[in-house]
Amino acid sequence: MNIVPRRGTRIALALLPFVLIVLVYMAGSAERRAANASDKLLPPISEMASAMHRAAFEPDRRTGEIILWEDTGASLRRLALGLGIATVIGLCLGMAVGLLPIFGATFGALIAVLSMIPPMALLPILFIVFGLGDLSKVVLIVFGVAPFLTRDLALAVGALPREQIVKAQSLGASTWQVAIRVVLPQVMPRLIEAVRLSLGPAFLFLIAAEAIASDVGLGYRIFLVRRYLAMDTILPYVAWITLIAYVLDFLLATLARRGFRWAYAEERR
Amino acid sequence: MSAIDIRGVWVEYGEQIVLERINLSIPSGAFVSVVGPSGAGKSTFLRLLLGQERPTRGRILIDGNPLPPEPGPDRGVVFQRYSVFPHLTVLRNVLLAFEFEKSRLLARLIGAARREAVKRSEKLIDEVGLSAHLEKYPSALSGGMQQRLAIAQALARRPKVLLLDEPFGALDPGTRAQMHALITQLWRDVGMTVVLVTHDIGEAFALGTRLITLNHTRDDPQAQGRYGATVTYDFDLTRHGTIPIRKAPKDLAPKDLHKTNGTGATQ
Repeated sequence: MNIVPRRGTRIALALLPFVLIVLVYMAGSAERRAANASDKLLPPISEMASAMHRAAFEPDRRTGEIILWEDTGASLRRLALGLGIATVIGLCLGMAVGLLPIFGATFGALIAVLSMIPPMALLPILFIVFGLGDLSKVVLIVFGVAPFLTRDLALAVGALPREQIVKAQSLGASTWQVAIRVVLPQVMPRLIEAVRLSLGPAFLFLIAAEAIASDVGLGYRIFLVRRYLAMDTILPYVAWITLIAYVLDFLLATLARRGFRWAYAEERR
Repeated sequence: MSAIDIRGVWVEYGEQIVLERINLSIPSGAFVSVVGPSGAGKSTFLRLLLGQERPTRGRILIDGNPLPPEPGPDRGVVFQRYSVFPHLTVLRNVLLAFEFEKSRLLARLIGAARREAVKRSEKLIDEVGLSAHLEKYPSALSGGMQQRLAIAQALARRPKVLLLDEPFGALDPGTRAQMHALITQLWRDVGMTVVLVTHDIGEAFALGTRLITLNHTRDDPQAQGRYGATVTYDFDLTRHGTIPIRKAPKDLAPKDLHKTNGTGATQ
């Protein structure tokens, strides 16, 4: 309890489990290969590397495009659009519900009910209404994430001390001025944190929608090559998706800390 | 600076009566301290003057006009906590008041208007002794400094009435004495009407020109919310020598208290 690792030790300790997992995988892969030379379940790392090299640097023989970048670009575009629209909706609705009692009374229950609809259950409807293109995937992400963001933001607004709102009014602020100068900047760190938490669900909806009906995208690719048991492509793709999600999360965390230093003043000490 | 007239005000939350029969006339420029036990409606009384709550019955007039039903720039306020905005530096906390006033749409000032507002803000901050901390966030300030900032901010719009809700309750004794000197000085300079709600009777006597106590005069043990608190004492603190009691309501006489209290209730 009292032994606190230093910086160098901490990094080494953090890497240790990853190294162990890789070692265990390599041992398992080697053993299966020894028993069956054409085993596809646990391909050695060299095969995964060559599969990814083909995907990342060589044009596809059928389409002439480099599929990894093609897939990544398509998926990220859908994800960014979906999360972006959901964030704008969540911010506007959440602030209105939290700050304006009349608005909250009118739409609070509706949003609570909407947020209980399982988004995946809507997927067939979205495919029927919006077609099989990008739009249905973006709408699925929006539907899955926006209610959560709205409710979280409304709670954050409601948790602001009443004294602050009254104080702002006693300085002559209108409702609009309170919203943009007192409430908005104070809920922004919370919004970014909520978006970070939404990254997981957003990827879930994205990959599920791509798996069911698409012609490009990270989720589409891994479900496509599943037919050939191509673990040498699937495993690196999963790692790549994980890396993208991790980097996005890290970027959002950095944005919150850089942009809203005051909100983390307590932590620094 | 302005006179406050409170006429026959009652505050009820459903069955519960919080304040009853409040009749007060506060002349312009007075410094009124309000004391009373917990639950005697001191904070409710202040919220009434703030416009955050409305009386169930009765009227409140400021300079003869009905009190607006929402907080506004004619009444400044300092709360015990959460009075300053944690996301703004000291300077911007005060500047915000001018930005609210001059820029209705964006609440942001640029150019000459901003320089002018910054100058006025710096003057106010200087008056409360925070010039050295202009660019600090409230989280980096001590409790006393945060309250100084809250006062500077509350004075920015030159309110006619300054409402203080236990503003020094969370401060250590030394800091509190400094704050007493500061608020007295500001009150003399600006000449506004001040209403101070406090738990500290010494503070109430030391600062006020007038002291009002709120308390329950009647109590029904079977229905605790049946009777509200009202003004029980009203001292004039401006004269020298012994403090004359301006008004001692008849229903406060001890024998009456026993009658209404029943047996188990305490006063």
